[in-house]
Amino acid sequence: MKSQLTPAHAVSALLIALCAAVPYLASALDEPFYVIVFARIMIWAIAAISLNLIMGFGGMISFGHAVYLGIGGYAVGILAFHDITSAWIQLPAAIGLCALVALVFGVICLRTRGIYFIMITLALAQMVFFLSVSAERYGSDDGLNILWRSDFGSGIVDLEDGAVMYYTIFAVLMGCLFLQWRMVVSRFGMVLRASQSNETRVQAVGIPTYRYRLAAFVIAGVMCGLAGFLQANLERFVSPDMMNWHRSGELILMTVLGGTATLFGPLVGAVVFLLLSEMLSTITIHWHLLFGPFLILVVLFARGGVMGLLGSRTTRD
Amino acid sequence: MTERPRELHLEARGLNKRFGGLQAAADLSMRARHGEVHAVIGPNGAGKTTLVHMLSGFLRPDSGSIVFGGDDITSLPAPGRVQRGLARSFQITSVFRDFTVLENVVLPVQARQGHSFRFWRSAMRDPSLTGPARVLLEEVGLGDRAATLAGHLAHGEQRQLEIAVALATNPSFLLLDEPMAGMGPEENRALIDFLGGLKETHGMLLIEHDLDAVFALADRITVLVYGRAIASGRPDEIRQNSQVRTAYLGEALV
Repeated sequence: MKSQLTPAHAVSALLIALCAAVPYLASALDEPFYVIVFARIMIWAIAAISLNLIMGFGGMISFGHAVYLGIGGYAVGILAFHDITSAWIQLPAAIGLCALVALVFGVICLRTRGIYFIMITLALAQMVFFLSVSAERYGSDDGLNILWRSDFGSGIVDLEDGAVMYYTIFAVLMGCLFLQWRMVVSRFGMVLRASQSNETRVQAVGIPTYRYRLAAFVIAGVMCGLAGFLQANLERFVSPDMMNWHRSGELILMTVLGGTATLFGPLVGAVVFLLLSEMLSTITIHWHLLFGPFLILVVLFARGGVMGLLGSRTTRD
Repeated sequence: MTERPRELHLEARGLNKRFGGLQAAADLSMRARHGEVHAVIGPNGAGKTTLVHMLSGFLRPDSGSIVFGGDDITSLPAPGRVQRGLARSFQITSVFRDFTVLENVVLPVQARQGHSFRFWRSAMRDPSLTGPARVLLEEVGLGDRAATLAGHLAHGEQRQLEIAVALATNPSFLLLDEPMAGMGPEENRALIDFLGGLKETHGMLLIEHDLDAVFALADRITVLVYGRAIASGRPDEIRQNSQVRTAYLGEALV
């Protein structure tokens, strides 16, 4: 209906084109390092998109969202540790486990609101974090090395090939962006977005909001678990640090930085967040001193994040 | 629109609700008939909004029961009551401010079409949703405001939208919590006419401070004081009731 093009659209399109071209640019510039940087950025973007779905569009501020990165990652790590490398076992395990955990956590968390919701998502995530720390068999704090990436059993998707790994991540990112868009504009999205602004009103038009919020919570958990699955494969390594509460905080920051409740905000946020921290850390080891104030300035003065600055106003941008 | 069964009466039987030391409803019974406007008046703090909250399912009474269309709905949650045809509006305008006017009305239309676990098709491009929503917006006089953000509407228009959202659920019975609050005399008159036109097809429970509106619309009036119904009857009976006059109406109506 409203298809006015804003600078936000242009920047988003440019970023996606950049992500697609990075392997070529990197080899042309002889800087292979950037391939792994952008692969990481895209994985974080997938996780941030999943958080945006519940936090941006649904008003559920989860401070434990990285737990699904960890669960998705450990599903790969633990199965690989037991010599089960088939992706057709690892992937359903990652998805199923994330869905189950998100369902149980959602049932508990969604009874609360506001700051209580934030604290209880954090507490539940910390439980899983400490579980992984205490799992001596799987490396405790030191984490778990993964010898072989997930095996899809075909010559087409061979994750051991760096380029295939990169474009698999790219494809999943595109898929998540597309899914997010459909979900937001669908009837489901109408209910989710309306519940964020006025849940009582949604119930007063005859919609039992709880089940829709819970469904969104589970979908977001699974999507983030997918990012964990990819991260474990990319790094060939999982550790409790993947689901440290710092990670959950960074996910929130990325989403806010890019612009909550916008379709491309999480991607833009992940790019800006990770590139900036990369650049600043080459300037000084005290880069947090520069990064912190920058984030505060964005939150204070650019309430819609980067996307807001670029003229994006509606949820459909 | 699906036809609602006719003659759905709404009854409160012996409702009690206490907030700490405040008795917001005390053995409160009333019966609102389909096809009538039943007004509830009373001074501030008489428990009028508490009554609407209980009837619409947002508050559970401590005791007593609520019967709608012959069924006991006391333990039915709010969304279930709306699905049965009992809709409400809010005293404090409670539209979705970030949604356009059309989106505000599409949501209740979507609600009455069944579950919303539909993840793919765009709701705002679905003519089965936008069609009925636009018709309704025309009816309440907001047809040309469809694309405006609800938060940008003037106060009176927001009150109109509030009614439109309630009507979009296709109710047979409306609980209207001070629909005229904060409106100018012009808008007031238009809304009285509009609600009068709904009488034939809907039952209405009207909570309203504007006594001109009450006496213009109501077929029956219940007077609430401290959570207790001190009188109930036709408007002319209420005017004559000396107890009501001393408790509430004062000398204004003599």
